[in-house]
Amino acid sequence: MNAFWIILTGTLVAICGGLLGAFLLLRKMSMVGDAISHAVLPGIVIAYLLSGSREVLPMLVGAAAFGVFATVVIEALYRKARLQSDAAIGITFTGLFALGIVLISLFAGQVDLDLDCVLFGEIAYVPIDVWITPGGINMGPRAVWVTGGLLVLVLAMIGIGYKGLLLTTFNPEHAASIGISVAFWHYLLMSAVSVTTVVSFESVGAILVVAFLIVPPATAYLLTNKLKPMLALTVLFGLGAAVGGYYLASWIDGSIAGAMSVVAGVFFTAALVAKHKR
Amino acid sequence: MTPIIETHNLTVSYNRRPVLWDVDFSLPEGRLIGIIGPNGSGKTTLLKSIMGLVQPDSGYVKLFGQSLDEVRTRISYVPQRESVDWDFPVSVREVVEMGRYRRANLLRRLSSADRDIAADALHKVGLQDFAKRQISQLSGGQQQRVFIARALAQQADLYLMDEPFAGVDAASEQAILQLLTEMKAASKTVLIVHHDLQTVRQFFDWIVLLNTHLVASGPVESAFTEDHLRQAYGGQLTILSKVADLVKERHFPVREKPYKDRP
Repeated sequence: MNAFWIILTGTLVAICGGLLGAFLLLRKMSMVGDAISHAVLPGIVIAYLLSGSREVLPMLVGAAAFGVFATVVIEALYRKARLQSDAAIGITFTGLFALGIVLISLFAGQVDLDLDCVLFGEIAYVPIDVWITPGGINMGPRAVWVTGGLLVLVLAMIGIGYKGLLLTTFNPEHAASIGISVAFWHYLLMSAVSVTTVVSFESVGAILVVAFLIVPPATAYLLTNKLKPMLALTVLFGLGAAVGGYYLASWIDGSIAGAMSVVAGVFFTAALVAKHKR
Repeated sequence: MTPIIETHNLTVSYNRRPVLWDVDFSLPEGRLIGIIGPNGSGKTTLLKSIMGLVQPDSGYVKLFGQSLDEVRTRISYVPQRESVDWDFPVSVREVVEMGRYRRANLLRRLSSADRDIAADALHKVGLQDFAKRQISQLSGGQQQRVFIARALAQQADLYLMDEPFAGVDAASEQAILQLLTEMKAASKTVLIVHHDLQTVRQFFDWIVLLNTHLVASGPVESAFTEDHLRQAYGGQLTILSKVADLVKERHFPVREKPYKDRP
């Protein structure tokens, strides 16, 4: 049963991350997910200082708020200060991450709020952290419920907003010319990425989220030149990485998150070779 | 008759450097209008400020005598071809169908009527056989025609096109010219940013000559003169000598009838 919960959680994160990551890739903003995963640190610390506890919910809210804030700063540096987007991303996430470290060393030095604990959830612990209702019923792992809820939101956003995302990603100027707010769709996507990153790395770890945001979409992009098949392939590769990664990890007795990332990377390499042979 | 576009004392700058300075003109309906000027003279910026994509420092634009938001659906904007990533995973048909996207229908599926209009637009630019192709599998000229098909699908009255003839093969140029003629016959107005002085007389019947300032705006016969060109292209010696050559070769016969009015 443990295997099932871990694979299911991995798959849910892979699908959420991959679908959003496909749009990031097409906007040439793949590294935003990585930036967000670091930039949320001060949000977590501030939430901890304000709430005075290590409750998960305030920390998630604080983290998500800083994730969105990071995308606002990146956008401002890129548009207003006319910095290249990669430099804007780099400055923002290193700056915010450093701010978080300073805050920890100043105010939370004695508390167990170290970076491993904050940044790297561990997917192997998913089955242990179960949701038990006040009536005492075991609902299964909490992470499955959280990432499952997230997937519903992400699917709803892409399903309903498909045309808006497509239009503002492909040709923002044309979108603006017909009176559609490019900024609205940008921040909608960025908020979704931010929440996804925060929610999932709390349960599965930062490296895995970033890998799922970038690698499956990039693999799918190599193999198709239509958007809907690209999204479908992204889901497939995410699923394959979650399943394959789990069994690889139990075979070599290693890190599950690492193995899932590695399998995603193997798919990418195989796609690259297949494309070159063709 | 209300002019279709009026700009009043329009001033636009990037990083405090003015790109358009106090530009003031009005344009009549139903013409093919060329915006002409040297590189960096503010041609694209003029188009973008008409479309509300850049905010002017001062001055304003009126379209059909109203503000942009009241008449947005009557206007179609065709950005420069380089403004999009042509490796983007969409098909020709999907791009043209984007011409039917509106604020009102953005969250709904396109109706079959919308799809028919898009298919018709694709037919008009002669790319119906390419509908399923991914857009990177087209030549530059065909890509430009896809953009124009998307604009046609918008069924506007006023078209703003940024360099539609840049890097376009002869066949596509002919196809686009043919479309422009048809649009004019249907009393549409088309405003085109253009950089090739040689073809100005052949393509347009009205020009706006820019060099940050407005140099001239009027019918080609009276506005496209050597004097105005020298004002617009003043410092640029190579172009100046080209202008002189053109005049020498009698490519600009001031009194002769323009190409398009010849039998």
